[in-house]
Amino acid sequence: MNHVDVRRGAYADSVTLMQVSRSVATSHGVDGAMVAMATPLNLDLLAGMGFEPPDASPNDMVVAIRLGPDGELDEALSAVDAALAVARRTRAAGAVEAAPHRTTATALRDSDATLALVSVPGPYAFVEAMDALAASRDVMVFSDNMPLEQEIRLKSEAAERDLLVMGPDCGTAVVGGLGLGFANATRPGPVGVVAASGTGCQQLLCLLDSGGVGITAAFGVGGRDLSEPVGGVSTRQAMRRLDADPATELIVVVSKPPAATVATELVSYAGELSTPAEFVLLGAGEPDLTAGAERVLAALDRPTPAWPRWGERAASTRVGYLRGLYCGGTLCDEAMLIAGQAGETGQAGQAGQTGQAGQTGRQLGPVRSNIPLSPELALDGSLTAPAHLMIDFGDDALTAGRAHPMIDPTLRLERLAAEAADPDTAVLLLDVVLGHGAHPDPAADLAPEVAATTTRGVPVVIALVGTAADPQDLEGQATALADAGAEVFASNAEATRRAVALVGTGGLR
Amino acid sequence: MTDPLHREPSVVATGVDLLADAVDAQAAPVTRVDWQPPMPGTDDDLATVAGDRRRPAANAEAVRRMLDVSAHLVDVVPAREALGLGAGDFLHAGPPITWERASGPMRGALMGACALEGLVDDPERAAPMLATGTQVSLDPCHHHGAVGPMAGVVSASMWMWVLEDPASGRRTYCSLNEGLGKVLRYGAYSPDVLDRLRWMSTTLGPLLQAAVRRAGPIDVTAILTQMLHMGDEAHNRNRSGTLMLLRDLGPALVDAGASGDVAEAIRFIGGNDHFFLNLAMPACKLALDAARDVEGSTMVVAMARNGTDFGIQVSGTGDRWFTGPAQVPEGLYLGDYGPDDANPDIGDSAITETAGLGGFSMAAAPAIVRFVGGTVPDALATTRRMYEITLAESPRWSVPTLEFRGAPTGIDVSLVCRTGIVPQINTGMAGRVAGVGQVGAGLVTPPAEIFPAALAELAASADRQPSASGARSS
Repeated sequence: MNHVDVRRGAYADSVTLMQVSRSVATSHGVDGAMVAMATPLNLDLLAGMGFEPPDASPNDMVVAIRLGPDGELDEALSAVDAALAVARRTRAAGAVEAAPHRTTATALRDSDATLALVSVPGPYAFVEAMDALAASRDVMVFSDNMPLEQEIRLKSEAAERDLLVMGPDCGTAVVGGLGLGFANATRPGPVGVVAASGTGCQQLLCLLDSGGVGITAAFGVGGRDLSEPVGGVSTRQAMRRLDADPATELIVVVSKPPAATVATELVSYAGELSTPAEFVLLGAGEPDLTAGAERVLAALDRPTPAWPRWGERAASTRVGYLRGLYCGGTLCDEAMLIAGQAGETGQAGQAGQTGQAGQTGRQLGPVRSNIPLSPELALDGSLTAPAHLMIDFGDDALTAGRAHPMIDPTLRLERLAAEAADPDTAVLLLDVVLGHGAHPDPAADLAPEVAATTTRGVPVVIALVGTAADPQDLEGQATALADAGAEVFASNAEATRRAVALVGTGGLR
Repeated sequence: MTDPLHREPSVVATGVDLLADAVDAQAAPVTRVDWQPPMPGTDDDLATVAGDRRRPAANAEAVRRMLDVSAHLVDVVPAREALGLGAGDFLHAGPPITWERASGPMRGALMGACALEGLVDDPERAAPMLATGTQVSLDPCHHHGAVGPMAGVVSASMWMWVLEDPASGRRTYCSLNEGLGKVLRYGAYSPDVLDRLRWMSTTLGPLLQAAVRRAGPIDVTAILTQMLHMGDEAHNRNRSGTLMLLRDLGPALVDAGASGDVAEAIRFIGGNDHFFLNLAMPACKLALDAARDVEGSTMVVAMARNGTDFGIQVSGTGDRWFTGPAQVPEGLYLGDYGPDDANPDIGDSAITETAGLGGFSMAAAPAIVRFVGGTVPDALATTRRMYEITLAESPRWSVPTLEFRGAPTGIDVSLVCRTGIVPQINTGMAGRVAGVGQVGAGLVTPPAEIFPAALAELAASADRQPSASGARSS
């Protein structure tokens, strides 16, 4: 079968077109092909090949294809388009290095990238993220401080285009095995994670990894996704993606305390999916992240391991206040919920094999914070108070103009030294988060300060969030911190309960 | 879509390097965007325009309309016939301007045109008439489907190229190019300038009309395609275009007229490397006019200067001009002239850049960078930079030195504001004083502030309605 079409006004030089013709002529099912400008000479050649010369001017491109018995015209025509596109784009070896693109839109135009990763300052993030959606790409927005109405607009655009917006303020994602933002090196496995919480996601991934369970993907959706105004749009989109993935056997949704209506809607949406889903939604009276990980393992018929811990237990309790110094907002939230709710049960030494809330145990009472669980617990700008404190150094107000504390430990180290010197400090509780994007060796800076603190008799409890495959070397970090005198836990919930237990009950001086 | 969960991921990273480093460390491909904050004061308008629901489709439509146009040279006729101009009606380059604000070369060209049309005997006597507006009217070429290089003054007796888009029948017009040096469009009005114009009206115009009517229509858009492969960028270098026009019209010219006149006409055209500019410009305008008035489109459809103001028009904001002070070009000067002698930027010829030629295709014409003592890599870098502020690549105008990549076309106001990259324009320089003529040629950019002004208007008219499905859709 012979096919001839004329592309009016299309142009390429003759050398290019000879290359295109050769490429098409050798493609599947094609017996002969000529793609050329319709000059009189070329039209003669065309006639010589047995084609009916079309009515065309030398400024038109003519595409002539002779199909073999098993040839498909559509396939051959797409081969023409592909060859023309390649011919336009092939860069000569040794060509002058082009300057980098200046916008997400122009970069995606010249790229087959599957995903855009946006981390420009918040006021500018919407424009870059919309570029990605317009180019039919998913986007992860690491930036925080995106205005709420922009987040809503962005996510509605994505829903219309069946694309996924991760974020804004999405710190963690794992897509196709690639860790984005602050992400731990996890193994492939049956769990698909949707997380409206960066460090909450990391804690879950690391505990599952420690329990021998890997993931298909972890989609961060941004801390506000499960709020009333945003309405869980990205969560739903991510759940749908995971539901469509045959390798995902169990969907897990992790979130900071969500809006009740949104949580209810999502639970009901999960019922429409063919893949079972577990919800780990932090809040008063709700299971903590460790309990969530245990539920996930149980749902997969996996045994719950003893969560890893390192270091010698502090000899005695100390009267005073708990001082928590956190990098991870969700870990800080979780610690406040636990400390305000229930302490370690029984004697020291039986610390939480189960992280289930509502255990009998001592409550510390109100915990003051820069990210308080309720407004009356807020700290003033000094971030100090004669009280139990939990400070999130990753909060926007403390990261303005500097890197996240997972990268730049300066502020937290200063505060650690100050707390160690405070006679009212009973115990220090810290998190250390490993993985891609984080500080390459956090223990190097932290261990000397920990040693100085424990030497003063102030116990230090650390939640160490990492996997064995993380670039920082989990065991090495744990050992360095334990050698400095810290009690180190893989579970933040266990670490918190242990810290609460170390607050002596003798009243304050 | 393809399976997004298990596809080998690759990333475009915009923002902090650390995150791109982490992707790199996992051996996944990452393209880094050299992001910088946008032009001051544009943050909110950029976000509003980015969220305008109409924008992606509107820009695609504007681009499609522009690229669908072919410009065919179909006729040559006097302006009184083509545009209905009376003896005192004058068109000029750029956005609207009054005599009071007109620069030297604009005034000089208008004075010369008054004499050409017989309103005064001596151009020097035309000023009062032009100042009071008695018997004369001034209007931009752009408001009449026309374009004019430099001062761009068109009067009733000047002959105009007529270009037509065969698909729509729409037409655009441009005068015949007078050559370089002391010429009316650069503000010169001496007797030899007027004599040349009279010869063009009495001899050259009618000859070209006869030739075009015999040989035409001639596909100007297609000649532009060839020019980019022959070292021309169709604004400041039109050498091969001029020769190709002579090739196409030559036989018909010979058939059309008396041998003495024909020889003179061919000598005149062949001696003026810029003769084709006046065909390139209306061809670009014909394409860009098709892209006008698409609601929500942020594409620039005209850039033009009157020697005082630089103005742009944008598809989504109708006929409104956004203007700022025209800049003085940087470049090389003729003879003893220097920067003090140069007038600020003037002419409608930036319509070529608006369409993707001229400075935007500088990589196709490395000889042009010599105007500013630049290098061939500078020319490549300039064209590459223009891709950062354009919506599309031309399917028929391609740049050999960039591996035949399509010329960057369709300037996006939003991308200009985001990147701070302003359009690069190749241009001639007129003398500051009326009557002097050309003093040099070089490179120039628009005043940056006109793009945020256009953006603000686009933002004010943006469609902010949430979608029917809303954020809660599933």
